[in-house]
Amino acid sequence: MAGKGIPKLAVWKFASCDGCQLSLLNCEEELLALSSAVHMAYFPEASRAMIKGPYDISLVEGSITTPHDAERIHQIRRSSAALISIGACATAGGIQALRNFADVREFTSLVYASPQFIETLGKSTPISDHVSVDFELRGCPISKNQLLEVLTAFLHRRKPAIPSYSVCIECKRKGVVCGLVAHGPPCLGPVTQAGCGALCPTYARGCYGCFGPKETPNTGSLTATWKESGMDDAELLRLFRSFTATAEPFRKESESHEIQNN
Amino acid sequence: MTYRLEANALDRLFKALGTKGYVIFGPTVRDSAVVYDRIESPNDLPAGWADQQTNGSYRLVKTDSPAYFDFTAPPQSWKRLLFPPSLHLFRSHRRNGTLEILEEEHETEPMAFLGVRPCDLRALAILDSVYLNGGASDSTYRQRREKTLIIAVNCTRAGGTCFCASMGTGPEAGAGFDLCLTELVSEHDHYFLVESGSAKGESCVSPLQAREATPQEQTSGREAIRTAAAAMGRSLQTQGLPELLAANLSHPRWDQIARRCLACANCTMVCPTCFCSTVEDSTDLSGAIASRTRLWDSCFTAEFSYIHGGSLRPTIKSRYRQWMTHKLSSWVAQFGSFGCVGCGRCITWCPVGIDLTEEARILRGQAAEHV
Repeated sequence: MAGKGIPKLAVWKFASCDGCQLSLLNCEEELLALSSAVHMAYFPEASRAMIKGPYDISLVEGSITTPHDAERIHQIRRSSAALISIGACATAGGIQALRNFADVREFTSLVYASPQFIETLGKSTPISDHVSVDFELRGCPISKNQLLEVLTAFLHRRKPAIPSYSVCIECKRKGVVCGLVAHGPPCLGPVTQAGCGALCPTYARGCYGCFGPKETPNTGSLTATWKESGMDDAELLRLFRSFTATAEPFRKESESHEIQNN
Repeated sequence: MTYRLEANALDRLFKALGTKGYVIFGPTVRDSAVVYDRIESPNDLPAGWADQQTNGSYRLVKTDSPAYFDFTAPPQSWKRLLFPPSLHLFRSHRRNGTLEILEEEHETEPMAFLGVRPCDLRALAILDSVYLNGGASDSTYRQRREKTLIIAVNCTRAGGTCFCASMGTGPEAGAGFDLCLTELVSEHDHYFLVESGSAKGESCVSPLQAREATPQEQTSGREAIRTAAAAMGRSLQTQGLPELLAANLSHPRWDQIARRCLACANCTMVCPTCFCSTVEDSTDLSGAIASRTRLWDSCFTAEFSYIHGGSLRPTIKSRYRQWMTHKLSSWVAQFGSFGCVGCGRCITWCPVGIDLTEEARILRGQAAEHV
């Protein structure tokens, strides 16, 4: 990497639940290898020692939701040779981007006793809306194996092996019987990017779309089929309005059911 | 010679296979479906279960029949046992500037596939033509295939998405089995007709202590298979099909299919003959160890046709057309047969129920039957 000695790693947090950066600590068996491959220079969740930048790699968790954060992300970008955004919040705006479909002032007036002190943005947006990002790692939360793969790839200057195809491919490789076809819970697997190891379908649950849209997602065909089998627009809207609600193809899909609702 | 084995003596077959050291794979109920998995006795078989299949839907229903083999095509084929979805190929270590390659050892126990449907039997022959093909032979596939005993079971019931009769691949087993069973159930009788198709199969017959089947019993077997042939849920007119598809690459129908197709790749994953794979390389954090893994791949992904500068098939239309014309047209030129055996899995397991028999019919200019 750019610096001398072992590369300096920083982990930054924006609006998020901490689950994605926790994946780094969750590496357990690989943690020793990781700490000898990178210098954890700035990682407040793990250590109070905070070493100044510049950093070789910055992992950025969370979405931009305040004017202050919209400034801060530029400073981080300037001090990072490579910036990798991690998780649904950082790559798509996260669950908190549900505010994008409403008026955030209504929420603050209901939630806070003195909403006049709340300084927040009208929309929750991904990091790539504000600065250039070198890689976006999807997931809610991210997969620790994918995180290790991306870090390893950046350390060795190769392309990360992160597929953009559907969850169905992971499901079928595992030999999971397709619940969507065999017992019918709505499953977003056919339009969602792989990476989770088909976690929910393995336990007979439909995919919630945590990893966001796959490449060429045909959401309209899936919802047309479900509509024929009796689902209504309100249900279809909710399916696409969760952890990656404002990822473009999912946003458009849910909005198409909103329009028909009115 | 054809033998008659009483249904309640089926455990003799399991014992005979066990004695010969085979690990038995066969149909069993799991996750609301009949799947192929490891089984140990007739108790593991899906007796009294039948599947109902149509485009985009599979349901398992309880029946009153004592039949062990009332199911039709399971969610996945035998492909995954011979051509594993994920396979480590090798690892390499870098030590003091030199690279050491460590090939992965893939020891396989002898496997007995019990309950190979005629369509899937034909699919194995097609996979053989791909993977045991002279210079391009795949060592893992070969090793596993050579250790596999095939026990086919003729179909006496056809599924809602079956069209093997059109493809000439069933419902009676063609060549390639070691043993072949036909299950016959009537009010007072439940037995199997047993034929052997190889010396390996023949050696499994004597432990069964089965008597020779009467001509009448053999006739009953043929009639039961004919019943299945007459009850196919789907059909595909194959005459002139390769030329028809090749001449219609700009047909407007491809755009209509593309509006429905999810490019999720389920059809290719469940197809018993789809053989595409990719290799994924990874390194450890230190960069001292690298490994290569082979994974099932699909022509429905953008990455599949990615070369420098982009994907050759960026649209869903181009991917579906590639798949269907390969199965039913260019496969013939490539391997001398269709790449489709009429198992109907791509129809059943398509989340939006696209039916290639219907699409072929529309491309041919005929009205659809099932919409």
